[in-house]
Amino acid sequence: MAQTIDPAKCSALVIGGSAGSLDVLLEIFPSLKAEIAFPIIVVIHRKASNESLLTDLLKSRTSLQVSEADEKVFLKPGNVYVAPADYHLLIEDDQSISLDYSEKVNYSRPSIDVTFQSAAEVFRAELVCILLSGSNADGMEGLKNVNNFGGCVVIQNPSTAIMPYMPQQAVLNVKPHITLNSYDMAGFINKLN
Amino acid sequence: MISDVIDNEQVAILLNDVLEAHGYDFLEYSHASIKRRITRLYALDNFVSFAEFRYTIKSDKQYFKRFLEEITVNVTEMFRDPSFYRALRNDVFPALGTYPFIRIWVAGCSTGEEAYSLAILLKELNLLNKSLIYATDINPSVLEKAKNGMFPLNYLKQYSENYLQSGGTKEFSSYYTASYSLAKFDESLNKKMIFSTHNLVSDHSFNEFQLILCRNVLIYFDKDLQHKVFNLFDNSIEKLGYLALGSKESLEFWAKSKEYKRIKLEKIWRKL
Repeated sequence: MAQTIDPAKCSALVIGGSAGSLDVLLEIFPSLKAEIAFPIIVVIHRKASNESLLTDLLKSRTSLQVSEADEKVFLKPGNVYVAPADYHLLIEDDQSISLDYSEKVNYSRPSIDVTFQSAAEVFRAELVCILLSGSNADGMEGLKNVNNFGGCVVIQNPSTAIMPYMPQQAVLNVKPHITLNSYDMAGFINKLN
Repeated sequence: MISDVIDNEQVAILLNDVLEAHGYDFLEYSHASIKRRITRLYALDNFVSFAEFRYTIKSDKQYFKRFLEEITVNVTEMFRDPSFYRALRNDVFPALGTYPFIRIWVAGCSTGEEAYSLAILLKELNLLNKSLIYATDINPSVLEKAKNGMFPLNYLKQYSENYLQSGGTKEFSSYYTASYSLAKFDESLNKKMIFSTHNLVSDHSFNEFQLILCRNVLIYFDKDLQHKVFNLFDNSIEKLGYLALGSKESLEFWAKSKEYKRIKLEKIWRKL
């Protein structure tokens, strides 16, 4: 059951996804308004060799500043940071980015769990995390953490996901949460403050 | 999830203990990463209380060895980032080849995969016999593995692909013999390597090098410590020598970065 949980304030948005999530991102980004009041971090599983392809694709679909995340960079509102292929992305207490080349988590680097979890500890109740389509269970543990710290959990409606397994696992195991169809996500993000 | 089991204050307590009891200084490491490593170890080893965890780290020498090994990241690969190795092969080593003797420092070598990759490149360019590779790490147990030159066989397919993409033309399997689940690399490669512990936080420069390679080590350090280490490297690189970093690391914000010139698109800089 989806509950209505309105995040009081959003200081950071993290979007995680795997197989089938690129389509959703390409649907969301063109519809985002120009004045987003928080940073957006994007963590998508992909092959190590596809370096900046994802960043370039997103760049071409939005007026927001999109860059591949560099380490030690401070998060800025209205900027989009893409976790680089083959690095975990963590957030420091001072809201700067750390990159980490440690063991894969859920066979993935970047791992969505790692970023959700680390962002949850920093932004607590002011964090919104969205989990998209994918075919492994990465992201689910991290979302539990987001809930523990009072953040807002959003999951793509599995029936609209190209790969429903990942959102399905999260829907079953992480409560409370909101489920959204891909075409409603941009509207949801635009309303966050 | 176990992340909130150990909080920031407890991380600080542990790191202070480690400095006092064992002399290893992790206080200037990136906080989020080290906290994650500590939390991970706590869960892995099934500790039930922070007090017990703290006591064990402080007083059990054997366990501290494990702590050191697990808290530092020892993930590495042979020929990681093939385009980087292609630049070494085509640009850096030909320039170094004109020297009578080549000294290379692999700082933070972990289990040695990069040192062996360099040795293979040098061998193919006929430079290995006039080269010496100093491979150092904070952690004595990974150096033992590095000395042995044995890597898990199931990684070799990836390493061999990396090697070919980096411009290698030999049969990669000619460099090792497989035995059981391990690939043992040819002894002609590690004959030219010297392994030693070295702590980038507290130890000094120990020689002058034409190439220092330190990849995916500095991402775990905070900015001040990164700059200290750059100064240490600067004191250890000869004029016209090279410094090579990991794909997401940069000299950019360091005070002396103007004295170094970047090579093409790779994370390789030449001292002017």
